Amino acid sequence: MPTPDLEPLSAPIELQFDYTRSVGPVIGRFLGALARRRIVGVRGSDGRVHVPPVEFDPDTADPLDEFVEVGHAGQVVTWSWVADPVDGNPLSEPFAFALIRLDGADTAMVHAVKVDGPARMSTGMRVRAVWAETTTAAIGDIVHFVPEDDADAAAGTDPEPLAGAALTAFLDQDPLQILVTPFEMTVQHSASVEESSYLRAIAEGRVVGQRCPETGKVYVPPRGASPTHGVPTDEEVEVSDTGTVTTFCIVNVPFIGQKIKPPYVGAYILLDGADIPLLHLVLGCDPSEVRMGMRVRAVWKPREEWVPSTGNIEHFAPTGEPDAPYESYAEHL
Amino acid sequence: MTSTQTAARPGALTPETVTDDDVAVVGFCQSPSVRRSYSTTNGTEMLVPIFQQIYKDLGITRRDIGFWCSGSSDYMSGRAFSFISSVDAIGAVPPIDESHVEMDGAWAMYEAYVKLKTGETDTALAYGFGKSSAGNLRRTLALQTDPYVVAPLWPDSLALAGMQARLGLDAGLWDEAAMAEVAARSRRDAVGNPAAQFAGFRAPDGTVTDDVTAEQLLAQPMLADPLRRHDIAPVTDGAAAIVLASGRRAFALCDNPAWITGFEHIIDSAELGGRDLTTAPSAAEAGERATGGDVAGITMAELHAPFTHQELILRSALGLDGAADAVAINPSGGPLTGNPMFAAGLQRIGNAARAVIDGGADRALGHATSGPLLQQNLVCVLDGRR
Repeated sequence: MPTPDLEPLSAPIELQFDYTRSVGPVIGRFLGALARRRIVGVRGSDGRVHVPPVEFDPDTADPLDEFVEVGHAGQVVTWSWVADPVDGNPLSEPFAFALIRLDGADTAMVHAVKVDGPARMSTGMRVRAVWAETTTAAIGDIVHFVPEDDADAAAGTDPEPLAGAALTAFLDQDPLQILVTPFEMTVQHSASVEESSYLRAIAEGRVVGQRCPETGKVYVPPRGASPTHGVPTDEEVEVSDTGTVTTFCIVNVPFIGQKIKPPYVGAYILLDGADIPLLHLVLGCDPSEVRMGMRVRAVWKPREEWVPSTGNIEHFAPTGEPDAPYESYAEHL
Repeated sequence: MTSTQTAARPGALTPETVTDDDVAVVGFCQSPSVRRSYSTTNGTEMLVPIFQQIYKDLGITRRDIGFWCSGSSDYMSGRAFSFISSVDAIGAVPPIDESHVEMDGAWAMYEAYVKLKTGETDTALAYGFGKSSAGNLRRTLALQTDPYVVAPLWPDSLALAGMQARLGLDAGLWDEAAMAEVAARSRRDAVGNPAAQFAGFRAPDGTVTDDVTAEQLLAQPMLADPLRRHDIAPVTDGAAAIVLASGRRAFALCDNPAWITGFEHIIDSAELGGRDLTTAPSAAEAGERATGGDVAGITMAELHAPFTHQELILRSALGLDGAADAVAINPSGGPLTGNPMFAAGLQRIGNAARAVIDGGADRALGHATSGPLLQQNLVCVLDGRR
């Protein structure tokens, strides 16, 4: 695409939520055991012990349920140096990610190894788990691994291993059922060139749209392509801030984050000169008076509060003109 | 599992002998690969020009397309159902038959291929797009891993690939020089590709030369030991589109369609520590089925390997190793010179198909991968069959 005259507007979106997952009996027992500082794996159809456990055998797809307790120390199978850790990594200073095969396991787990530089890392080196002071039944209960000859590691020992009925009783005692994983990420959201033009105009108190070259219809806000014909839109058109209510709904339900006390009206408003209605508020009259065809005009915020946002229009209010005839907006419902 | 291969019945295909079961790539277009685009995360701005180009190339309008399928990711754009907005680039009036995969566009193409095989339509357009620059790509990609015991540690894509590379280094399967040679060849080849993100060698003083050697690259520092910058595909924004057609329709749109004679995709276990990461069994199996076990006639292959060592794994898995002289690998420069997420795999097939359509190759192979560490692999064999 060609370089635009003005760089499109952009701003970060910061997403944050908790993933809440049911974990099933295998992962649930593994995580429940981690909370009590024990590490278990599961025996596969070929006899291999998988740590972390898998629910189904990767080769035969058989369900797996024979648990085996393994050691807290093991061998680095491979590693990679993380010079620039990302948010959420087990360590915020440079560290190594490694595949670690714990004593008694046949598969390797991904985890962090805390050392002061890549020169301290080597394939085959022995490492030992360092446990969190407070465990939560998550993979992070092992905060990281350290070389087995470190002082931190020297303090650690494996618990007396459980097997058979004793292990089953231990695992059945407090398996995890629901895992909550916090998630956050930042995405730099860019408006399109056309949307940016709309936002820059509305910061000056003007409403602009763009015309579809095939149908001649004017889209407000404008879009990068005509959504009906998939062709680029490039003719900018200024439209009025007066329009017609095409349809509306009376909001009676309170919800978190609501800014206006119900009841109030959300409406589609077909601005004069536009072919797509804009969603906005209709205030300034009793909600019961709002009707299809009602003529309304934008009520702008004070000029000093204008920013690149449709919020510069505080709401729409009735103009008092006679209603628009149905035929004038029937095509835009 | 059923196989879709038709490699067992070679021979000339003409407008007289073609059937609706024969499906071909008839058009391909890609956006320039760039480090940062002015596009929105729904890709519309990158897609509109390439759709316009592909209609022009084929002499069709959007109304001639019977089915649409896209590949992209909500995680990249940071919102749910982000791909819906990209439909603006198609134009959805009157209503269209459209679908989406949360994978590389190559899998969207597979869905389109199946749609054509059902006989419900004779033309389809598959596209893929990704604005990788919008977030922290190497971190976002950690979300492809197991959500219970791996993803909570946020193992970034470079760390995972570094562990895979070291396994092969330690085992003596490849060395740093072999990895650098892949990068050097890719950068030299990219000189001829205007869509590539970069080409040649940029010296520390900023001067860029077309020629580049493995030795020059190996002199650079480690980025994610054992990976240097040249081992890693660049963060890239971009998009791609392919038009498929079946039967006589393919001949009507293209003088020399690139017939799909094998198309397979297979997945390996998600348990990273449970499989041998120095191999790609699913790539080997998909390649075996798609080629019918015969790679002899293939003279050109585009492999979707976002890390140098992964090209070495794939060449071995697909039986293209040691055939460097006989088979041109990634003559476009490949993903190491432009790797738009969710479009790069489709670009590989598109480049392979273009070589057949243009007559540069009689038989070409396109490969795509999705998921961490070559977990899922797709192979498409394209045949001139004149």
